Amino acid sequence: MFTKPIHTKILYLVLLVAALLLPFYVPDRYLFQIVIMSILFAIATASMNLIIGYTGQASLAHGAFFGIGAYGVAIMTKAGLSFWLALPLSAVITAFAGLLIGALSLRTRGHYFAIVTLCFGVILWIVAGNWIELTGGHNGIFGIARPSPISIPFLGQIEFNSQTAQFYLALAFLLLTLFALNRIVYSILGLTFMAVRNNEPLADAVGINTFATKLLSFVVSNFIAGLAGGIYASIIGAVGPSAASHMVTFNFLIYLILGGIATLPGAVIGAFAIPIIMEFMQFLGDYRMLIFGLLLVVVIIYFPQGFVGGLRVLNQKIAVWRQSKSTEAGHVKR
Amino acid sequence: MELFLQQVFNGIMFGSTYAIVALGLTLVMGILNIPNFAHGHLYMLGGYITYFFMSNIGIGYWGALLLSVIVLGLIGAVMERIVYRPLSDGPHINAFIAAIGALLFLESLALVVWGPQGLRIANPYPQIFNVMGITVGLQRLIVIVGAAALIVLLHLFLKKTLMGTTIEAVAQNREGAMLNGINVNRVSAITFFISSATAAVAASFLSPIFMLSPAMGAILGMKAFIIVILGGMGSIPGAILGGYILGLIEALGGGYISAEYKDVFAFGALIVILSIKPTGIFGKREG
Amino acid sequence: MLSVKYLTKRFSGLTAVQDLSFEVAQGQILAIIGPNGAGKSTAFNLITGTLPPTSGKVFIDDQDITAMKPYRIVTKGVARTFQTTSLFDQLRVIDNLMIAYKWRTRLGFWNTLLHTPKWKAFQTEAFLRAMEVLEFLGLADKAEHFIPTLSQEEQKRLAIGIAIVSKPRLLLLDEPTGGLIHEETDRITQLIHRIRDEHGITVIIIEHKMQMIMGMADRIVVLNFGKKIAEGTPEEIKTNPAVIEAYLGGEANA
Repeated sequence: MFTKPIHTKILYLVLLVAALLLPFYVPDRYLFQIVIMSILFAIATASMNLIIGYTGQASLAHGAFFGIGAYGVAIMTKAGLSFWLALPLSAVITAFAGLLIGALSLRTRGHYFAIVTLCFGVILWIVAGNWIELTGGHNGIFGIARPSPISIPFLGQIEFNSQTAQFYLALAFLLLTLFALNRIVYSILGLTFMAVRNNEPLADAVGINTFATKLLSFVVSNFIAGLAGGIYASIIGAVGPSAASHMVTFNFLIYLILGGIATLPGAVIGAFAIPIIMEFMQFLGDYRMLIFGLLLVVVIIYFPQGFVGGLRVLNQKIAVWRQSKSTEAGHVKR
Repeated sequence: MELFLQQVFNGIMFGSTYAIVALGLTLVMGILNIPNFAHGHLYMLGGYITYFFMSNIGIGYWGALLLSVIVLGLIGAVMERIVYRPLSDGPHINAFIAAIGALLFLESLALVVWGPQGLRIANPYPQIFNVMGITVGLQRLIVIVGAAALIVLLHLFLKKTLMGTTIEAVAQNREGAMLNGINVNRVSAITFFISSATAAVAASFLSPIFMLSPAMGAILGMKAFIIVILGGMGSIPGAILGGYILGLIEALGGGYISAEYKDVFAFGALIVILSIKPTGIFGKREG
Repeated sequence: MLSVKYLTKRFSGLTAVQDLSFEVAQGQILAIIGPNGAGKSTAFNLITGTLPPTSGKVFIDDQDITAMKPYRIVTKGVARTFQTTSLFDQLRVIDNLMIAYKWRTRLGFWNTLLHTPKWKAFQTEAFLRAMEVLEFLGLADKAEHFIPTLSQEEQKRLAIGIAIVSKPRLLLLDEPTGGLIHEETDRITQLIHRIRDEHGITVIIIEHKMQMIMGMADRIVVLNFGKKIAEGTPEEIKTNPAVIEAYLGGEANA
């Protein structure tokens, strides 16, 4: 029913192998760090795709949920909890926050929903910057421990102090996320999300509880964002209010749109390509954001489908062309 | 009692600024249904342009303000043409992304040209009076009076002139206006001009009191958004009322409850109101 | 099985529907006709929960469904189409049907994530049911097509399919042949007959095409300015002076 063509599967296999072998050919620590960060951003962006791309609800609070996850792990590990307990707990707390915020804001539509979520995000950011006892205020929390070592019988311990170990940890979560999202999207449940995005009144008229559907999508998205944030906190070692700011949300949004909204690979591609492009633009100094801003406007006007989206649309156009050629009644279109 | 009156005075001053900025934004959002998220950054640029005319060219305050209004107005019209008009038929999220691109561009423009440190425009009216125990800076008074004058002027423009009533017509019913032969594109451009021009006025009023910095437009832009949404997109009374109310809430809340969390009041108010009435207080348009 | 009692809908200043009452027996085809703006679509909206009534009640088999949310009314066996063909046009034909069948299954988040055997069973059930309906509609070969490739008539057929895929007991069709030419209208008419004859579904249809209505309806309700002005068999309605006056010889001869 939803099978992919064979050449796509081979491509993914090649990419997977390339990813698994990356620590062996990455040129330096600095680039390695960018890659690791990109992986975490890819997790967050892919989950943002679920609520914005597939369900069509413009949530602008995603960065804030990433931040909740980050602060959650930071606070709990500093209080003595093991990372491996703090991470799922933090993600659950993030999901719960999503449940509350979603219940309040999902009655609104379109622009209004975007603004309400943006507001929640800003409030959380302000609170993070001012609640000194809990979050360390503007200075944030630092000295966050790396994930504690895992013991594997017969093989010894896996430490997470090296970049390589952190890379595989992040990669594992990315693959898990993509696996889960793939299952969700390519199913009737995924179709339900898209139905709400495409034609909400019709979805309502065919028995779909659109509010519950949106809320589910929102909460799942935020859970995954919290997960990404939590891993981020432990790997970076420090979190400040900037980890929960609206700029984080905007970054994810840019990765998502330029990579290709409502496509699973798009989020990943965007999360890797954009930071790397930004790195190469470092030589431009202060002019970097100037050019980037311009580029963003140009791309969104002329390539709104993003990279993967553009490819898909092309494929679809070819398919439609083929299909209408094979239909006799295709000549009688009104 | 003096504290209260002082806060009220400050609240009205900030409220005046919010009102003008929100007014410009609501005109644009009412006409084009596109969130000009870069509005706050246009405001910021307006302040810098005034600074430029005063410091680099040596023009006096009011002359610089006037020039800034014209220049920023033109920049706004250009932005409408090259950024928003191509996206007017597509999904709104694309226009939002374009706005982010525009705001990144504007912020780094300010950074590159003037640097990251705060700049100050020389205060042309530094006198301070003491009225009924409250400290009234003359420039602050000018903000209040000037804003009120601008609002009246705009009101007259929109109600009494041909262009003004045309703008209102398009804001009410874009398709209908087009069918009646109104050049909607020209109206959009002019609306953006007015919107940016008013932002320049607001920035020029406020900059002698507070410092200029590239990031100063960001939060203001978001608050303007909130006011517009709460007041109802395209509703001018909503924007003005919302602006003054927000200014007062912030000043009183900041003075009596907590200064650090003063910004939270704006954002919190929005959430509360939209939870109760999902289309805003005066909301007539579906988002 | 459907009972509508004194249904009224007032918008500020305008009364769209006033004190509308009628009943439909199981397995009947009822037509609602009337000049444009008579309140027919509004009546549908009131029955399906899309609009809450100002006053009045709607009953399905003695169960009060007045002002229930649309997605819940669907679970009581009421389905509808819209005057302007409403489809999930970003998705494929078969997707449209599977989505409309979903509420009959217990597909949820967890069984989707974990691909449980139940999930597989439900997905298969939905798929098979969708294909069954596509066969019935004559669209089986278009299952994987995207909506834009369908002709207008095919889209209207699909819209009906979306309504019947979840096996409703009552089907509300709002101008299902709007804008179609003669042969296409006939095809849809046959489809509607089959829906009632082969599946026992009760049908209420809003239409303007008199010939089609006269040939198809068991009973007719006539609305004008939101009020019911006549009710009866096609024969009775054809000769009813109030009805003829309402149409003033316009569409009555269509």
